[in-house]
Amino acid sequence: MAAKLGLIVNPFAGMGGRVGLKGTDGREIQVRCRELGATPEAPSRATEALKQLSSIQGQVQIITYPFEMGEDETRAAGFVPKVIGSIQKGNTTASDTRTAAIGLQEAGADLILFAGGDGTARDIYAGIGNRCVVLGIPAGVKMHSAVYAINPRAAGKLATMYLEGTVRTIKEAEVMDIDENAFREGRASAQLYGYLRVPSEESFVQSAKAGRRESDNASVENIAYAILDQMEPDCLYILGPGTTMRGIKSKISPDSTLLGVDVILNKQVIAKDANEKELLRLIKGKRAKIIVTIIGGQGYIFGRGNQQISPQVLKDVGKENVIVVATKDKIISLVGKPLLVDTGDAIADNMFVGYVKVVTGYSQQTVMKVTA
Amino acid sequence: MGIAKVRNYHQAHWDEPIIFEMSTPGVRGILTPAVEEELQAKTGNVFSRLPASVRRETPPALPEVDQKRVLSHFLHLSQETLGSNLTPDVSLGTCTMKYNPRVQEDLVNEPGLACLHPSQDSDTVQGILEVYYKFEQILKELSGMDRFTLQPGGGAHAVFTAASIIRAYHRSRGDLGRNEIITTMFSHPCDAASPATAGFKVTTLMPDENGYPDLDAFKAALSEHVASIHITNPEDTGIYNPNIDKFTEAAHKAGALCFYDQANLNGVMGIARARDAGFDMCHFNVHKTFSSPHGSSGPATGALGVRADLAKFLPYPTVEFDGKKYYLDYDRPESIGKVKGFMGSAPVVLRAYAWCMMMGPDGLREAAEISVLNNNYLQKKVEAIPGEVTRYAKGHRRLEQVRYSWEKLKADTGVGTEDGMRRLGDFGIQHYWTSHHPWVVPEPMTLEPCETFSKEDLDEYASALAQISKEAYDNPEFVKAAPYNCAAHKVKNPAELDDPNKWALTWKAYLRKHQ
Repeated sequence: MAAKLGLIVNPFAGMGGRVGLKGTDGREIQVRCRELGATPEAPSRATEALKQLSSIQGQVQIITYPFEMGEDETRAAGFVPKVIGSIQKGNTTASDTRTAAIGLQEAGADLILFAGGDGTARDIYAGIGNRCVVLGIPAGVKMHSAVYAINPRAAGKLATMYLEGTVRTIKEAEVMDIDENAFREGRASAQLYGYLRVPSEESFVQSAKAGRRESDNASVENIAYAILDQMEPDCLYILGPGTTMRGIKSKISPDSTLLGVDVILNKQVIAKDANEKELLRLIKGKRAKIIVTIIGGQGYIFGRGNQQISPQVLKDVGKENVIVVATKDKIISLVGKPLLVDTGDAIADNMFVGYVKVVTGYSQQTVMKVTA
Repeated sequence: MGIAKVRNYHQAHWDEPIIFEMSTPGVRGILTPAVEEELQAKTGNVFSRLPASVRRETPPALPEVDQKRVLSHFLHLSQETLGSNLTPDVSLGTCTMKYNPRVQEDLVNEPGLACLHPSQDSDTVQGILEVYYKFEQILKELSGMDRFTLQPGGGAHAVFTAASIIRAYHRSRGDLGRNEIITTMFSHPCDAASPATAGFKVTTLMPDENGYPDLDAFKAALSEHVASIHITNPEDTGIYNPNIDKFTEAAHKAGALCFYDQANLNGVMGIARARDAGFDMCHFNVHKTFSSPHGSSGPATGALGVRADLAKFLPYPTVEFDGKKYYLDYDRPESIGKVKGFMGSAPVVLRAYAWCMMMGPDGLREAAEISVLNNNYLQKKVEAIPGEVTRYAKGHRRLEQVRYSWEKLKADTGVGTEDGMRRLGDFGIQHYWTSHHPWVVPEPMTLEPCETFSKEDLDEYASALAQISKEAYDNPEFVKAAPYNCAAHKVKNPAELDDPNKWALTWKAYLRKHQ
């Protein structure tokens, strides 16, 4: 039976970058992009990715949306696609991406490749959540999410390996997006919208001297027990968002939040998905600690995806009561780059500039540089 | 010799069952004759002297196979391995796979050693005690340390012993709050694991953009809780840290001890000494750097050296000389105790002592120099191969090994380091060592061409790698499907290796999980 590959191209993705428009979300911006002479980038990138599937041509069926949303790119790569759905040619919208994602998932796609940026990833997530394995072909202006391959060719190769079964591991990757209007005014404020399931190429060959590589799940468990065993009584714990944090939260309560900030006291959840106001109220006059992890691929510990833990909350709790946790793989993926803080408040940011300890496992930690 | 050729190799493939599968009930290797009546009458039932608690009620479920088949079985298996001394043993970076002169095997098979019992009175084993004592003097000279123990059964065991001594040292000073050690990502993982086993909390420093541990991060990690640093130099990248004395200085200032993991001694042997870089303790892998065979070829010995004021904590007994005879000193009240039965592995020590005496001090230094020269020659050749781009330390020479990266080959062709590693076996060359986990250097390959290897050996090795790169660019699927001529398998379902419900390290576990 042939593997089914879904393809969604956001034909507008990436157009705003070269003309300095910071993104292409919204119809007016797309019109401005055209006026400024921007040309679409996503289609050629999608085609480049699909060409990497030539080794499994004949064993894979590509299902996609009409015209520039995938059909054209598939044909350009030398495949004959099965086309579903309908669009208004030259005038596609975010809701087309959502509908396409739902359509492809219902058509039984084993993997959905999509060419776009953070807006596209958000639309896919809004359409199908994490019901289907997806992979981003990087083609957007904003790419804060962790769902993309490093380049279009790598996306095609990884898709091939996933479909032929040589890569089987799935990881949850952050879907993040910044408010483009705020970004144009010089403020970056990335929100964490959710997690998509993407294939992950892991090393599987057993090497006798090294033993097995610790899997991501085991690393998260390891960190969770390290934190739980050190939790002090009558101290408030503010737990940030993310999958690593979920590993800790899930040991305390089955219905803790993945994307929100939860507050724990004596190993009981006392507030779920708390906002800044609630956090400030809870910690007033109390001993409190904040536990956060690195959000996204760029190394932010504050100011991306966890804005609820505001500059005021950080100042009230104090740097000495902030615990940063991260898996070793996540740290290595930063390739020697420092951790970042960007809370919008220079005093709060400067509290962290320097070096912080990062818990990486049970009785294991590292020390990392932090810059604002 | 002309241009190095890649061998047209083909390994035996026996499709050999596991020995348990060869079992037939009732088949025996040896039928021992019954004890004669006269003897039996005198001894009675010897088994009755064993306490019931150590007696089996049912016989062990061992495979029942005749002698001939057992012999064939293990001959087949030996033909399916790619062991030492077949082709250039350059593949196992960090392992220092040098040649072990055969004369050393003659020495350890001499009755003078082979027939000794470790419980003999020391008056009757003066020879081997003299070897221990004199070998210790050589190690002291090479390290600048004041005393050594040869008891630990390997490198990681020596690191564990060091951690135990470090704890004893701080306790003896009433300094009870020091429960952390600091190591680096490119030090051997045992520098984290052994102290962790000894109960320490571990801080691992990440490399900076040049591959060195970050000195400022190190200073930030130091505190009144830090007991010691455990660090390798050169690290597993082959990069020598020229600021190593700044690390030991900062550590001492914070009250911590400094332990130097010298498993990577081969590039600095006889050239740079641990003590001179400010270290308080170091260890050598006698079984590799000092030419005793290692891995499955023989047991190991980790020699641990310390400065004078730490010597009282060393495992007992120590080997001493009173001017007339050698003796064992058990009267060491502050010792951390024994870490291994008897005196460790005497044959390993004898081989290493013989090797040092054959080499002489200048020879040891020359071995280090040639190993560095070999490495730099091979590095030049490997870096000319398309798809390999070495990370870090651009423009700096490395010492005895290099952690290479096939990241570009993978990006260009989809062929990763593990594909290349499997293919290498097809040329009769042992599969190369990638890296310890986690892979900080992507698609890694770590090679260490010791002083043993000739230019022809290195040329052959580089030719095999160049051939694999060429194949990857011409026909990536071919390399990914390797091996073809080698008995090693490609793992059919690698995900199962990651699944505790599927992996089986014993026959019993296999039956339970897969039958």
